[in-house]
Amino acid sequence: MQVNGAWQPTIVAFCCNWCSYAGADLTGTNRLAYPANVKIIRIPCSCRLNPLFILRAFGRGADGVILCGCHPGDCHYTTGNYYARRRMTLLFSMLDFLGIERERTRVEWVSAAEGAKFAAVMNDFVRQITVLGENKRLEDFRCK
Amino acid sequence: MNDTYLEYQAEILRMTDRDPKRCMICGKCTASCPAFSEMDFHPHQIVGMVERCEFDVLETVEGLWHCMSCMACSERCPRDVQPARFMDAVRQWRIRKQGGEHLHPQQVPEKIDEATPQQAIAAAFRKYRK
Amino acid sequence: MQRIGVFVCHCGTNIAATVDVAQVAETLGKEPGVVLATDYPYMCSQSGQDMIENAIREQKLTGVVICSCSPRMHEATFRKTVARAGLNPYLLEIANVREQCSWVHKDREEATQKAIILGRAAIAKVTLNAPLVAGESPVVKRALVIGGGIAGIQTALDIADAGFEVDIVEKEATIGGKMAQLDKTFPTLDCAACILTPKMVDAAQHEKINILSYSEVEAVGGFVGSFRVKIRRKARYVDETKCTGCGLCTEKCPQKAVPNPFNLGLDTRRAIAIPFAQAVPKVAYIDPNYCTMLKTGKCGVCSKVCTVGAIDYKQQDTLEEREYGAIVAATGYRPISLEKYGEYAYGQSPDVVTSLELERLMNAAGPTGGTLLRPSDRTHPKTIVFVQCVGSRCEEDGRGKPYCSKICCMYTAKHAMLIREKYPDTEVYVFYIDVRTPGKNFDEFYRRAVEEYGVHYITGQVGKIVPENGKLLVQGSDLLAGMQPKIAADLVVLAAAIEPDPSARSLATLLTASMDTNDFFTEAHPKLRPVESPTAGVFLSGACQGPKDIPETVAQAGAAAAKVIGLLSRDHIVCNPCVATPNEQMCNGCSSCEKVCPYGAITYADKEFRMPDRTTALRRVAQVNPAVCQGCGACTVACPSGAMDLLGFSNKQIMAEVDAICR
Repeated sequence: MQVNGAWQPTIVAFCCNWCSYAGADLTGTNRLAYPANVKIIRIPCSCRLNPLFILRAFGRGADGVILCGCHPGDCHYTTGNYYARRRMTLLFSMLDFLGIERERTRVEWVSAAEGAKFAAVMNDFVRQITVLGENKRLEDFRCK
Repeated sequence: MNDTYLEYQAEILRMTDRDPKRCMICGKCTASCPAFSEMDFHPHQIVGMVERCEFDVLETVEGLWHCMSCMACSERCPRDVQPARFMDAVRQWRIRKQGGEHLHPQQVPEKIDEATPQQAIAAAFRKYRK
Repeated sequence: MQRIGVFVCHCGTNIAATVDVAQVAETLGKEPGVVLATDYPYMCSQSGQDMIENAIREQKLTGVVICSCSPRMHEATFRKTVARAGLNPYLLEIANVREQCSWVHKDREEATQKAIILGRAAIAKVTLNAPLVAGESPVVKRALVIGGGIAGIQTALDIADAGFEVDIVEKEATIGGKMAQLDKTFPTLDCAACILTPKMVDAAQHEKINILSYSEVEAVGGFVGSFRVKIRRKARYVDETKCTGCGLCTEKCPQKAVPNPFNLGLDTRRAIAIPFAQAVPKVAYIDPNYCTMLKTGKCGVCSKVCTVGAIDYKQQDTLEEREYGAIVAATGYRPISLEKYGEYAYGQSPDVVTSLELERLMNAAGPTGGTLLRPSDRTHPKTIVFVQCVGSRCEEDGRGKPYCSKICCMYTAKHAMLIREKYPDTEVYVFYIDVRTPGKNFDEFYRRAVEEYGVHYITGQVGKIVPENGKLLVQGSDLLAGMQPKIAADLVVLAAAIEPDPSARSLATLLTASMDTNDFFTEAHPKLRPVESPTAGVFLSGACQGPKDIPETVAQAGAAAAKVIGLLSRDHIVCNPCVATPNEQMCNGCSSCEKVCPYGAITYADKEFRMPDRTTALRRVAQVNPAVCQGCGACTVACPSGAMDLLGFSNKQIMAEVDAICR
């Protein structure tokens, strides 16, 4: 994304409704800052995240995608985040195969009480993606 | 914390492959120890001293040499801390610390007395620095 | 054609100070499909809501986007607003521009840009929103309580008192559970039977309670509001309706060598028996493993002495199917097996007993008639050693349990106190790691054992126990004194860890209720929903959820009952409309979704489909029960053919959001 002539990474954050989305809200309530590059999409559970959504985001020009869910064992739906964890592990090896830098995708467990952690994770992730630079490899030129 | 002591601790943890922080000081090891009356410090205390990095004390503990490695403490430890491994590791650390071939076969006869278990001497041969 | 209205809230200055709301409204107004975009200081105020309502009516909006605070805050409010204007409440999306934008960003331009993007994502999503209708399902006004211990009895009584019918299924021949075996209860030292048996009688006489003793749950189908449960009524070889409980048969039965389970095998009884004097129902049953008649066909003494002809050697197990609106698991606990603790000599010497066995040895109805005697030679023990934490707080090494069993500190203090009171000539030693007595009057109780009754508490554990010349040599450690005490004891009492009843695991599978690694039932939320299972309609009572003492169990039983009453008092349950829904044309019936569903909401049905060549064929396709589905979406990703989708969070909707953000 170009902002005032300078490149800024576009980052999509998928947050589960029960823990991480509430954690992100808490970050706001505590007024802890993180970069505006991060845009949050609410999903009911981290297991709702189809790995396809991540590929879609990369295809459409996202530079980094992060999935936030409840801590293992704390899932509102009991086992959802375990499924998410397995699927993401598989996706990571596929992204490796495609030659996408592994650092562009991340999974973090953020509870509803961890507002400070959410901000710290986002700050760190944006810094990391800024260093990696623009995502070119998966960009879908048909969309341009 | 003394850096050298932290190194000692790391070495002992590597040798034991056990975490002394898991010890909840229930005292079952000490209760099981058949050599209790011979020891100045007892199994749970040795584990605690490693955890707290009290190597100045461990340097002088004599009870180590009375441990017969019967493994009763390890067998019964409810937390799988395995105090016998710590006993053995601290012994090994003491021997290694003396450096070199500190125990020559010729020295053995003079070491033999009522109190020293034979196994300690046998172990001393095995525990030269690798 | 979509007609979408966008409403941008200032939230006073909470949003407006960092986000240029007018610019957001103006930019979003140019998005395709948007016919109205406006901003207002407080959207959630009455006038703000009125504005939305009027706009929906006047502009004939087909979708509403509100850029405001978190949907966790006001989604419910705005859904009602939208519904009042006659629009489906699920045609609303909220862009979170306060908690996740204005409050976390400082640069006004960046925040405004982000708010626009979030607004666009919401517009993209709402364009694909479908009107959803929350389903309703009926509630059967009857509850099932599985387990007839104090937890189950209390839950059943509380539910029945509210006017609902309750069935108690108990696998033993009588209700009462572990509490019936206890002698006294801490911290008040009142007799367990004196407070429990009246409750058992209440349950038996309550017109709304139906006790199915000597029965087990065999299968569970259905879902919250209408569970279908198959119950196996085991053959007791005695007609329950005829038996008067006179007990004549239990005196005449010639088979005398049956270990008495009620006294934990410390004495024997006959092959036909009534579990204990106050049993409910007070009906005899025959143990088929010992009965000569059932094994060899020769005897029949009990049927000859029975004056009412209740004995029926040909009785078979029967299956009953019943419907329930709610199910309460109250399966309780048992002490762990100590056979792997060789160092404590349990099993080698009869004088090493568990605490539950000591309860029977001290009970007036127990094998010794209430006089404390050693099991080996029936002499009075002079020195008694208690060992705490036997199998509790252990590494998971196959012998013990990693958790604290919670009740042992208190009952050991109780035992020590009772023994010292009744037999002041005994010496009582307690080896402990920590004494844990949180609870009302609990620490005072423990201190009384030490201060008034002179019980010797020793910090340390017991290393080994050796039976020798009729004594038990106990070698322990006294960590505070730095000693290794050796005590020649007459009786050793082991505070064995408690574990969930072994039937709980299979029951959890039947109920699709989740369990932790220790086989305790998991609660829906560890703090806020402690008596509900994550599975809708299944509730938890007592020690099946975690170690508990009696007061806590009764409190939890009442809480579970309140939840059940809350459910049963409704005629219908409103379901969450954001549930998974299969596209039957695409489903190939592979069962991938069924395997990941944590609620068992997915079943399969054979349906007729028209094939391309105009023939019809039967295909197995997935069916989602909307009353059971909680909408997590695990199945949508597991589906290999992409047939499963989640209403309200469909693949297309999330993709549209992704596209809008990355544009």
